[in-house]
Amino acid sequence: MIKDHDVVVLGAGLAGMRAALEAARAGADAAIVTKVHPIRSHSSAAQGGINAAIGETDSWESHAFDTVKGSDYLADQDAVEVMCQEAPRDIIEFEHMGVIFYRGPDGKLGTRAFGGASQARTYFVGDITGQALLVTLYDQILKAGVKVYEEWYATALHMEDGACRGLVALEMVTGELHLLRAKAVIVGAGGLGRLYEPSTNALICTGDGYALAYRAGAPLMDMEMVQYHPTTLAGSGFLMTEAARGEGAYLLNSLGERFMKRYAPNKMELAARDVTSRAEATEIAEGRGLDGNVLLDLRHLGPDVILRKLPQIHEMALDYLSIDMIEDPVPVRPGMHYQMGGIKTDVDGATAVPGLYAAGEVACVSVHGGNRLGANSLLDTIVFGRRSGKVAADYAKNTPASTGGEVLLRSEQERLRELLSRPYTGETNAGLRLELATMMDKLVGLYRDEAGLLEALDKLRGFKKRYQTIAVGDKGRVFNQALTFSLELGYLLDCGETIIRSAIVRTESRGAHTRTDFPERNDAEWLKHILLTCRGEEEPELSYIPVTMTRWKPEVRTY
Amino acid sequence: MQFTIEVGRYSPDGTYAESAVPGAPFPAPWDRSPARRYQTYTVDLPEHAVVLDALIAIREYQDQSLAVRCACRSAICGSCAMWINGHSHLACKSKLSAFTKDGKTRVESPPSMPIIRDLVCDMKPFWDKHLAVKPWLQNKQPVPPPNEEYRVSNASMEELIQEVSCISCSACLMDCESFAVNPDFLGPQALAQAYRYAGDPRDAETKERLAEYSKPGGIWDCTHCYECVTQCPKGVAPLDQILKLRKMAVDAGFTNNAGTRHADAFAESVRESGRLNELTLMPKSVGFFNIVEQIKTLPSAFNLIRAGKLPPLIHKKIPGVNRIKTIFERVGGRFK
Repeated sequence: MIKDHDVVVLGAGLAGMRAALEAARAGADAAIVTKVHPIRSHSSAAQGGINAAIGETDSWESHAFDTVKGSDYLADQDAVEVMCQEAPRDIIEFEHMGVIFYRGPDGKLGTRAFGGASQARTYFVGDITGQALLVTLYDQILKAGVKVYEEWYATALHMEDGACRGLVALEMVTGELHLLRAKAVIVGAGGLGRLYEPSTNALICTGDGYALAYRAGAPLMDMEMVQYHPTTLAGSGFLMTEAARGEGAYLLNSLGERFMKRYAPNKMELAARDVTSRAEATEIAEGRGLDGNVLLDLRHLGPDVILRKLPQIHEMALDYLSIDMIEDPVPVRPGMHYQMGGIKTDVDGATAVPGLYAAGEVACVSVHGGNRLGANSLLDTIVFGRRSGKVAADYAKNTPASTGGEVLLRSEQERLRELLSRPYTGETNAGLRLELATMMDKLVGLYRDEAGLLEALDKLRGFKKRYQTIAVGDKGRVFNQALTFSLELGYLLDCGETIIRSAIVRTESRGAHTRTDFPERNDAEWLKHILLTCRGEEEPELSYIPVTMTRWKPEVRTY
Repeated sequence: MQFTIEVGRYSPDGTYAESAVPGAPFPAPWDRSPARRYQTYTVDLPEHAVVLDALIAIREYQDQSLAVRCACRSAICGSCAMWINGHSHLACKSKLSAFTKDGKTRVESPPSMPIIRDLVCDMKPFWDKHLAVKPWLQNKQPVPPPNEEYRVSNASMEELIQEVSCISCSACLMDCESFAVNPDFLGPQALAQAYRYAGDPRDAETKERLAEYSKPGGIWDCTHCYECVTQCPKGVAPLDQILKLRKMAVDAGFTNNAGTRHADAFAESVRESGRLNELTLMPKSVGFFNIVEQIKTLPSAFNLIRAGKLPPLIHKKIPGVNRIKTIFERVGGRFK
């Protein structure tokens, strides 16, 4: 079936829904395509809060400086300025929509402390901030009557004369392939956490948006910048929010020491995430860990703070490790959490491809640079989601409707048919994905070096070959998840390749990208972004753009 | 550790019936199509594994055709509510060891929801109900300027965290006794969200909401079976929220309905006689002068007579009933 809209948004997390809502407000006929129901989106897993300089003693400049310093000076400062200036209004708007933010005694919004921030400027709802924002935004989408194609799985972007004019999507419940034509497409499809094992990310975070845009010609930027969160639960790898440390929790090694005093004597546990994760890894490597973990100690906070402000992580530690954090410290370790890089956009979400916009984790504006500060990701989604929605709607007003696309629809049908009819060779999706993700964590994780990265690239080439032979183990028409997993693995392989290639090129250590063979930051050579542009089956094209600096010169980064 | 999982399979294509080993048939009312059956799998997992671990292991390494919704694996996204041993639970929060009965764990799509495939049910009834309660803030005027928040107490916000914690998994609705017999009942999740907005000090339409929620299918159609409180994986306790809405509705004067009359008749009978007068409860609930509804209750009355369940025709007070009255007076409020 073919359907026409002004703006089609891929993804229904905070960035996607915020973009769709804004496009609808600007008068566009906006529709959302999402592979899961909007409420299932991974934005709901954001726990700790959202940053803005609202308080009288705070300023957007201070927030922006902390963000730039946190990014290890790789963030584009003009973009950071936009985000930090607009943050207060966007958060207040969500308050007006009904988010039940924590209040101070005066009835105004109250804050908690977060990592890498010079002031407590994180606004929150318990430890379910992402969920509270997501359900409120979903309810606004319902109120506005925005069309949602839920459990529709995007397989390709529809390109016409070099511009993006819609997408092809598989309706899971019927097994039918549809062409959704649009004058503008906004990608807000979230992260790629499943490329790593373990990861804090949901099983649905498979890099679909990056790969679709990349294949359509949009360059990916800063892909080597993969954030490891300092506190992920031992075993399962689930996220233990930074808000725990924001509320005052300690990190302890096997000797019971608050080891952060050696790495960040001023900020201690509230140093930036890259710094804290590396500190933990050092402690563990030097034999002061416990079975590959360190301890997150909340006991001194008392049951009242834990149960009122951190109930969800309390429940998770109980459910998955049988540890009551009121009584005992929780074993945690660094775990893959967030992709700072993504589809290169300007501050309005526009990519290099006309008609194609991106926002949220999948985009790279870049406001996070080499390392994202905690509670800046929710902010990124709502500020740049809104901006891209507005600009895409305006663009759609002056753009004629697309009439083509049937050819793509037929070729996609053919591609899926071929995938489904491949004979079984003994290779499975799940097996290959696990091999890929374990390899990424080992060779392209917290620490990297040239030998390891070259080995990773070599292995990835092998995985790509094997991927071409994988059979889909389900031939059913309805809700064929084996088919979508197979497509997802293809997306992950593309993402993995761009990460490895960028990591090989950046011969310095900056933010989350730590090269043991190049341990120092090299501002003379590397105050620039790495971009990769897809060239079909050939090697991607490599290019650079300088970091935009407005008012903050790079300094030595200590916490 | 070895675990045995019995999975309720269904494919609208009918492919399972021919291609796989048939298992035990589904119980009524499902047992109509040859495509529906149970299939048994054995998985090797750590002792602390949850049901979802088993389903993922099956899907990844044994049978790629098994359809199951899941995303976060940590009870946040709400995707994986399903029937486990005959009750709705999140598969990611249910330990296999605790759910192994007679050497196996039975997992299936809940019979209360339409089925799409295997463990994937059609959530449309759930989302329709959610939408029906108008789950968005109707802003109290004047809305503060764009750089200012509403000034409200933290206590009034924390009061709503319980409802905001809802992850829309539908475990409550899947096992709701009232929904099972009355598809029009708004159900526990939607009504908990109704309270989330009606109880918000920034909402302007509390009265309109209460009027709406007091209609048939709303707050008075809950039968207090507590299934929703038991099954909710996030402690939302929907029944508690429904009771809060009832109190708000009655306080706001929305009493001209069977639910309020039923509650009034119940309390009055206990206050006056120390026990429930079942003979007058039904007529009082529908309204003595509501002849049409009175006649509609007659078949139930005949059924009661036939089953020998007719209450005594002469209702006696219990000894010391005055002390019951004293309790009502001490408690105060509507029934004193």
